[in-house]
Amino acid sequence: MKILVCVNHVPDTTTKVNIASDNISIDQNGVNFILNPYDDYAIEEALKTKEKFGGEVLVCSLGGDQHKETLRKALSMGCDKAVLLKDLSVRDSFSIAFALSEFAKEYLPEIIYVGKQSIDYDDSQMCGLIATFLNWQSVTVVVKLNIEGSKVIAEREIEGGHEVVSSSLPIVISAQKGLNEPRYPTLKGIMESKRKPIDEKPAAICENKILVKKMSKPTAKSKGKIIGNDISAVKELVRLLHEEAKVI
Amino acid sequence: MKILVFAEQRENQFKKTAFEVCNAAIKLGLELNSEVVGLVVGESVSQIASKLGGFGIKKVFVVEDPRLKNYSTSAYSTIINQIIEKESISILFLSASAMGKDLAPCLSVKLNAGVASDCTQLKIEDGKIIATRPIFAGKSFVDVEITSDKKIFSLRPNVFTAGIASNETAEVLKFEVELLEKDFSTIVTEVKQSTNKKDVAEADIIVTGGRGLKEPENFLMIEKLADSLGAAVGASRAVVDAGWRPHDEQVGQTGKTVSPSLYIAVAVSGAVQHLAGMSSSKYIVAINKDKEAPIFNVADYGIIGDAFEIIPALTDEINKLKSH
Repeated sequence: MKILVCVNHVPDTTTKVNIASDNISIDQNGVNFILNPYDDYAIEEALKTKEKFGGEVLVCSLGGDQHKETLRKALSMGCDKAVLLKDLSVRDSFSIAFALSEFAKEYLPEIIYVGKQSIDYDDSQMCGLIATFLNWQSVTVVVKLNIEGSKVIAEREIEGGHEVVSSSLPIVISAQKGLNEPRYPTLKGIMESKRKPIDEKPAAICENKILVKKMSKPTAKSKGKIIGNDISAVKELVRLLHEEAKVI
Repeated sequence: MKILVFAEQRENQFKKTAFEVCNAAIKLGLELNSEVVGLVVGESVSQIASKLGGFGIKKVFVVEDPRLKNYSTSAYSTIINQIIEKESISILFLSASAMGKDLAPCLSVKLNAGVASDCTQLKIEDGKIIATRPIFAGKSFVDVEITSDKKIFSLRPNVFTAGIASNETAEVLKFEVELLEKDFSTIVTEVKQSTNKKDVAEADIIVTGGRGLKEPENFLMIEKLADSLGAAVGASRAVVDAGWRPHDEQVGQTGKTVSPSLYIAVAVSGAVQHLAGMSSSKYIVAINKDKEAPIFNVADYGIIGDAFEIIPALTDEINKLKSH
């Protein structure tokens, strides 16, 4: 089975976000980039799928040369091949998904894994976009997955519970934390990943549908009130919540 | 320019977010001088559909079919796509809930429409709708404009106000859609409720516990405090990673982003990833032994002290207040 995983290269979760002088992007100076945390689960599930059905896992990312670092990490975890859809233009989710789906039409996988969201723009759209471009099925925010033949049974997280979803291949799955325990790259994996090639291809072009007008920081809260240092402060806290904030 | 609101229901009950979306769409419709119509999809939803009149919607389409009892990505997106084409709708509003986030990108491709997802604010500038949405888990915001002819906005739950329903009822119209077997290729076969507990993503009050609670058993006092307030229980990443609490309770950058009216952080230090997920809460209370804990930087009210003493006393005090 040919399995495709799409990954993103994003600022580390501890990053302090500073806005660049153009006012519509972040200042990348001193920012440490990592493999998008949810993509770890997507890669792990792809590797498990390969272990079950055989075949190969190709990992793909759209962006500049710096994405190679993230692709290399995916290779060291055990992905077989990597492709960088080289592109430096500013793209929205729609445009990225179009390019990824055009690549999928070339590679012809039976299943595509993505992370449930990219922690930079938090758009949570890639799964549904790619699937619909390909006219495939999709299940988002998946925490449990079972594939038998062409039948897919997935559990997805919803408010206050889970939905069990029945679907079929070919399919795009977006992985949520809890789906699996991502493996760490082994030393052997790291050595091998250095020999695996990263192919570069141009990304298919598609116009954006979203125009970023302005980026801003949340307004800083004025420092709150410290009510006390022990149990005697409890009465006052309840009074403030009830009378001042009126939230209880 | 006609506006459609997809009003989400589960088990024949509207979600609160459905009313939030109605209210936001009606406000925008007034400013744009556009008609706002509703859509409700389910097994038998005509009864509840008229209620949307209470939130200002005059006309509501319903699509009913026994096969639509549970959510289906493929069937629901086919229906919404068809109604938008047939009724010449240009703008779709839906909630950025699990269902809305699942539907929006599918519809984006079908309709060739851009999606502004998880919006927290909408305004009109020079006749154009400008949506504000959080990025980097709330560490920053972007103002975006959708440049395609058709536009989709998903609104973050708990941010827009639902308002109070009037007694008005909406005109309910059946919308006929021919649904083929292939439209049900992806369908929910079972909904597993997690023991009726409240979800942090939807809760109006959240009590979150952190690693300072020392042991998983100590979450009992967090649960008791949450019970006294009718609140949801949240967890920091550290306690989820330690296996004390399930991931669906995790608040923060790799968990859920929340904006309740009241957020009580107990023995949570407030790592930047945690703050990103909850700092847009309306009121924040921090209870922590460490006066240097970053959580105090975002808190409206703080108590520097031992959670093991303070939380039981706070629970008693709230129970007293509620019994009055």
